[in-house]
Amino acid sequence: MKILVCIKQIPDMESRFKVNGTGDWYDEADLAYRMNEYDEYGVEQAVQLKEQLGNDPDVTVLSIGSDRVGEALKKALAMGCDRAVHVQDADSGRKSPYQIASVIAAFAKDKGFDLIFTGMQSQDRGSAQVGVTVAELLGRTCATTLVDFACADGVVTGKRELEGGMKGVVKFALPALVTCQLGLNIPRYPTLPNIMKAKKKEFVVVPVAELLAAEPMTVTEKLYAPTKKGGGIVLEGDMADMADRLVGILKDKTAVLR
Amino acid sequence: MKALLVCEFREGKLLNSSYELLAFADRLGAEKAFLLVGNAAEAPKVDGKLYLAQVDSYGEYNPDQHKALVMAAVAKENPDYVIFLHSSYGWDLAPRVAVALKAGQVSEIVNLVDGKFEVSLCNGKLRRTVAPQAGPAVLTIQAGAFNFAGEPQGTPQVEAIEVASASGIEFLGYEQAEKGDVDLTKAEIIVSAGRGVGKKENVAIIANLAKAFGGELGASRPVVDAGWVEHSHQVGTTGQTVSPKLYVACGISGAIQHLAGMKKSDFIVAINKDKDAPIGEIADVLVVADVLQFAPVLAARLG
Ligand SMILES: Cc1cc2nc3c(=O)[nH]c(=O)nc-3n(C[C@H](O)[C@H](O)[C@H](O)COP(=O)(O)OP(=O)(O)OC[C@H]3O[C@@H](n4cnc5c(N)ncnc54)[C@H](O)[C@@H]3O)c2cc1C
Repeated sequence: MKILVCIKQIPDMESRFKVNGTGDWYDEADLAYRMNEYDEYGVEQAVQLKEQLGNDPDVTVLSIGSDRVGEALKKALAMGCDRAVHVQDADSGRKSPYQIASVIAAFAKDKGFDLIFTGMQSQDRGSAQVGVTVAELLGRTCATTLVDFACADGVVTGKRELEGGMKGVVKFALPALVTCQLGLNIPRYPTLPNIMKAKKKEFVVVPVAELLAAEPMTVTEKLYAPTKKGGGIVLEGDMADMADRLVGILKDKTAVLR
Repeated sequence: MKALLVCEFREGKLLNSSYELLAFADRLGAEKAFLLVGNAAEAPKVDGKLYLAQVDSYGEYNPDQHKALVMAAVAKENPDYVIFLHSSYGWDLAPRVAVALKAGQVSEIVNLVDGKFEVSLCNGKLRRTVAPQAGPAVLTIQAGAFNFAGEPQGTPQVEAIEVASASGIEFLGYEQAEKGDVDLTKAEIIVSAGRGVGKKENVAIIANLAKAFGGELGASRPVVDAGWVEHSHQVGTTGQTVSPKLYVACGISGAIQHLAGMKKSDFIVAINKDKDAPIGEIADVLVVADVLQFAPVLAARLG
């Protein structure tokens, strides 16, 4: 069995974002980066399946981006993927979801992957398009937003998460692509021995030009910070002092404190 | 300009959120046609053409066939936009239609700014306007961003549609959310723990604060996913929708899916060490502090 996991490296959402010089993206310098949370569930599920099937599946992890995405790929290797493919692209942030999906599909099309995992969306853009688009470009069965996954004898049974905490149970045969929702599993932390082992694993670099042919289909016109509505009171400083002020405000403005 | 609006149907009923599509199309100034995989008894109360496919034949979740049905309606209408809600149904189906149509897709539109599609990114810290290429485009709109005011009324002109196509996915049925030990929707005060509390042991600090307030403990999703708190305490689109007199968000950033569950609270206090956290946008009071230090001080002051 061959498995592909697609991951994205995203900036820490607690960062302070600045608009770039051309006004169409955020400035990527001076940010801390990490693996997209949704993709961590994909990596974990692939590795669990590998363990469950007696180590048989061969797991490739792929990421598109500049040199720094090597860090996210190394983490995925340390979590248990077998080989990494880094599609080198210094300007991946501004590529449209369609272009990103078409690069992945171009890479995957003749490799015979039985199962592809992606996150249901990225934490920065959140467009929730890439996984489904890859599947459609490859003519694959696709189920999105899985919070439960089981695979046996080439058949996947999964639970899609719906609104309000309800779930929809689905069943489909491989080959397929699934997109992972938060809570699908509990992603492991790489251990030190596994981090060392990961250093010896195969790591392939492919220039994006070899895989990219698609037009963007959508473009970002302008990027900006939302206008602050303001109005709220901001308390800063000494803990006891803030507690006093907050209690005062609650007594004044709400009926819940007597 | 013409728009095909894809309505939603679940457990035998038209979802009310379908009318948000109508509100959005009206903002766009588009002529409207509708598609529903459902039944005539649950047809949306709208004027205009409604393409109706029978749910008994195609099922409520069956993306391959639903895609084919959307494409059949597209062939008849030639719309400029095919519009879905950004929901578990819409984000699953929209990209399939976009690829089939060779169209660009703009996801989770929150607003129209001078006629341009505005979307949010980086957990609400940034916004951008996105333009699809020329030709038809697929759009999904954020749930709750375009409210339909008033009572729906109208009588659609129904046209049945059918397709012959295979489906790769078998839908086995629904599983209801687990019922837990609390009903947050009845609470007057909710104090919620977010990922910012750091670890399971620290949830007790927030639970103590909830007790000092005489309220219930709520939680954001990561805290539930990690197994620190039961799902019945989760606030947000995939948890409870609450509107207490006081909501205290502890170490919660304010993602749209969390806000959707609590923004109607009468009074909102956020305790966050990040002064720019998006929760600050809707909070009546933002306390910039380490919640692990501040919560005990506040609890002592209350008790
Ligand atoms: C389809 C879908 C459905 C979803 N449904 C829900 C839902 O129902 N409910 C929900 O909550 N989420 C839901 N989410 C997830 C949502 O997008 C966010 O990931 C989630 O709400 C983030 O939770 P958080 O704010 O606790 O964590 P984070 O976003 O990680 O924020 C943690 C916050 O804590 C602050 N912090 C860190 N340490 C401290 C400290 N010591 N003191 C004070 N502050 C600190 C940080 O500054 C940060 O703002 C859903 C997502 C999707 C895609």
